[in-house]
Amino acid sequence: MTDPASPVPAGEGAAPAPKPMSNKERMTIERVAMPEQPGDARAHNFGEVNQGLTYQLAMLEAERCIQCPKPFCVDGCPVRVNIPRFIKFLRDGDLPSAAESLLSDNALPCVTGRVCPQETQCEQVCIRNKKGDSVAIGYLERYVADWAQAHLDELPKADPAQTGRKVGIVGSGPAGLTAAGELAKLGHDVTVFEAFHAPGGVLIYGIPEFRLPKDIVQAEVDRLKGEGVKLELDSIIGRTYTIPELREEFDALFLAVGAGLPVFMNVPGENYKGVYSANEYLTRVNLMGAWSPDSKTPILHGQRVAVVGGGNVAMDAVRTARRLGAEEATIVYRRSANELPARAEEVHHAKDEGVRFEFQVAPIEVLADENRWVRGLKCVRMELGEPDASGRRRPKPIPDSEFTIDCDLVVVAIGTKANPLLTGSAPELKVNEWGYLVTDEYGMTSMPGVFAGGDIVRGAATVILAMGDGKRSAAAIDSWLRGEWPPAPEANLQKPEKKAAVAAG
Amino acid sequence: MHPIVEREQLSPNVVRLVVEAPRIAKVRRPGQFVIVRKGPGAERIPLTIADNDAGAGTITLMIQAIGASTTELTNMQVGEAISDIAGPLGSETHLLKSGHAVCVGGGVGTAVLLPIVRALSQAGVHVTSVIGGRSREWVILERELRELGDVVTCTDDGSYGRHGFVTEALKDLLEAGGVDAVYAIGPVPMMKAVSAMTLPYNVPTTVSLNAIMVDGTGMCGGCRVTIDGETKYACVDGPEFDGHKVNYQELSDRLTTYRTFEQQALDKLGACATTEVKA
Repeated sequence: MTDPASPVPAGEGAAPAPKPMSNKERMTIERVAMPEQPGDARAHNFGEVNQGLTYQLAMLEAERCIQCPKPFCVDGCPVRVNIPRFIKFLRDGDLPSAAESLLSDNALPCVTGRVCPQETQCEQVCIRNKKGDSVAIGYLERYVADWAQAHLDELPKADPAQTGRKVGIVGSGPAGLTAAGELAKLGHDVTVFEAFHAPGGVLIYGIPEFRLPKDIVQAEVDRLKGEGVKLELDSIIGRTYTIPELREEFDALFLAVGAGLPVFMNVPGENYKGVYSANEYLTRVNLMGAWSPDSKTPILHGQRVAVVGGGNVAMDAVRTARRLGAEEATIVYRRSANELPARAEEVHHAKDEGVRFEFQVAPIEVLADENRWVRGLKCVRMELGEPDASGRRRPKPIPDSEFTIDCDLVVVAIGTKANPLLTGSAPELKVNEWGYLVTDEYGMTSMPGVFAGGDIVRGAATVILAMGDGKRSAAAIDSWLRGEWPPAPEANLQKPEKKAAVAAG
Repeated sequence: MHPIVEREQLSPNVVRLVVEAPRIAKVRRPGQFVIVRKGPGAERIPLTIADNDAGAGTITLMIQAIGASTTELTNMQVGEAISDIAGPLGSETHLLKSGHAVCVGGGVGTAVLLPIVRALSQAGVHVTSVIGGRSREWVILERELRELGDVVTCTDDGSYGRHGFVTEALKDLLEAGGVDAVYAIGPVPMMKAVSAMTLPYNVPTTVSLNAIMVDGTGMCGGCRVTIDGETKYACVDGPEFDGHKVNYQELSDRLTTYRTFEQQALDKLGACATTEVKA
C-alpha cells in the first residue's frame, strides 16, 4: 500500500481502554474533517485528494457513534455493513476485530470507503444527522479497510470447506468482484472473466487515480485471489466464449458486465478530432496510464476543455483535464446546480480545483478549425419548462440564446448504455427495451442458473449499488447451488435497492 | 502469455508472427481481429488475425511497423512472449457464396486480405487477387495468394509486375465484366479509390477500416466512423463495411489525431535503439 492514510502507533491493539464516555459526552464531539491535499496543488497532480484520517482522528470520530440499538445506518447501506459493530471494535482499539467485522460484510471496503456517496446512504440516516453532523462513517470505513489491507497477515485466514461447485462471473467490476468474494467465502470455486488486461472494471478504467488509487484496487483484487478467486483476463464473453459455453462449464453464472457503451450527444461535429467519450478519455488516462508523461498511450492535452454532463463521471473527467494541464476546464450541464447528479464532495473538490460550471446550457454543435480540430462548443441556454413524466421540470431552450464556449477538447459524459456484445451471444437471455438484462426477484435471468446484477441490470448507477447486487446475487447463487430454490425467505437476501437514476461512480 | 513460435520478415517493414493463442485459434472467423498488448505499459493495438491453426493452437499476425508500438512488436523474436491477446473481436466477413471475387490489397492490407481470399477460395469462389506496393520488396504474400487463385501484382515504380496502381488493374477486370464482389484492404486513399471505381459498375465492395481504438468491444467509441451518414463503431459493427458508404475523409482525418505524439514516440524509440546499438 502506498496510501499514507494509516499511521497507526505501534501496539495500538493492546492499548488499555480508558473509562468509557457517556453518550452526552459523545454528542459534544464535533465531526472530524478529512485531511485533503490543497486544491491549488492537487489540481496539477494525480495524487489522492483525500489523505485519510490519522489514528487520532479516527479514534476521536469513532467515539462519536452512540451505538444505536436499532441502527438506521445499516439499513442505509446497500451491502448492509454492520456499521456500529466495526466502529465499536475500532473505538475499543481492537483493529483486527474491526477489520474482520468490516471484511465479512463488504468485499471491497477500501473502494467503498473512498467512492461511496455516504451522504445519501448510511450517513444520511445516521441518528446524529438529525441534529448536527452524522458520524463520518465513510472516513472510518476507509481507515479500518486501509489498516486491514496493510495488516492482512494479522487477520484470521478464512478456510471454508470447498463445495466443489463452480461459478463463472462475467466482469470484474464492483458487482463481479463482490459476488466473487462472497461466493469464495462460501467455499465455491469461482472464476472471474475480464475483457481488459487488468481486473477492476470501472474501478480501474473509470475512476481516476486521485479519487481511487489503482494499487488499492489491485490490493483488493489480490486479497480476493488469496481467498481463492481465479481471474481470466483478456476474455470477452460474447466473443472469446459464449454464454451457452460457459453455462456448460459452470454450475452457475453471474453476469456483471456493466453498461459499457458510451452515449454521444448526437449533434453535428461530434466526430471532429478532439471529441472524446468520457469512457475513452478516462480509459486512456487511468487504465492505459496516460496520466503519466512516460506513458506510451497518447492523450490529447486540451488547454480549454469542455466536459458535457453533470454526474460523477463528468466530475472525474473535468478534474482529470485540469491535472493534464487545462487552463480552463468547464462543466456544461443542462439543468441547474441543484440537480447535479454528482456527489456533493466531487462537486466541492472540482470547485476547489478551479473548475468552471456552465449551468442550464445544452450543446448544439461542435465547431472545428480548417484542419477539423475542435475549436468550440456551440450551446444554447436552457430554462425549466413543464414537469415531464418523471415529475422533474424538463429543460427547454431559450430562443436566440446561442453562444460558443471556446475550447480545444470536448469530453462527452452524458451516460452509458448496455453493450449488446454479451447479450447478443445468448438470444435466450431476456433483455428489456434498452438492452438491459431482465432478472427476477432473486436476480436470476431468463436462463436458469444465470444471474445478473450491477449496471447491466439497473442501468448506469453507482459502485455501491452494483456491490449490493453482487452480494445479494451471491446469496441467491449459493441457494441455487445448494438446491434450495426458491431461497428461504429468511436467507440473506435483502430487498433490492430501488433503481437509482444517478451517474456511475 | 502468448509465446511467439514463428517469425518471418515479409517486407522491409512487415513481419509475420505466429503466436500461441489456443482459444482464439479455435473460434476466430475471417475478418476478425485481436487486441495485442506487448507487455506492461504497452499500448493496445488492434491487429487482424491473418490465419489460425486450431490444432496447433496458434494464430498468425501480420504487423507493419508504423509507429513506436508496432515497431516494438515487429522486433520481437521467437521465444519471446506477448503478454496480452484479446479476441477474437469484430464481425466476420460477409463472404460471397459463388462467382468471381476480386480482392485488392495494398501494403500490409494484403495480409489482412489473405484470410478472406482463403475463405472465399474454400467456398468455391473464383478469386483474383490484385496486390501492390511501392516496389518489388513491398509486394507481400504473392505465393500464398497464388495457391488460392489468380494474382495480379502491381508496383508504383514498375520494378515488379504491372507498372502502376492496383486501381488500374482493377479497372481492367471490371471492364472485362463478371466481377461479383470486390474486397479492398489497404491504406485509406486506396480503399477510397477502389470504392469510387467500383461504384459505376455497381459491384458490391467491402473495405476494412483500421480506425483508432482502445478496447475493441464498443466501450470507448474512439473508432467511430460514419457509414451512410450514421455513426458506427469499427470494432463491433465492423471492421468491414460497404465501401460505397464510408466517409473516407473523416476516417483519414481521425487517423491523424495522434500524429505528433506518434512521431515523438518513434523519435524516442529511434534514439533508444541507437543507444542500444552503441552500447
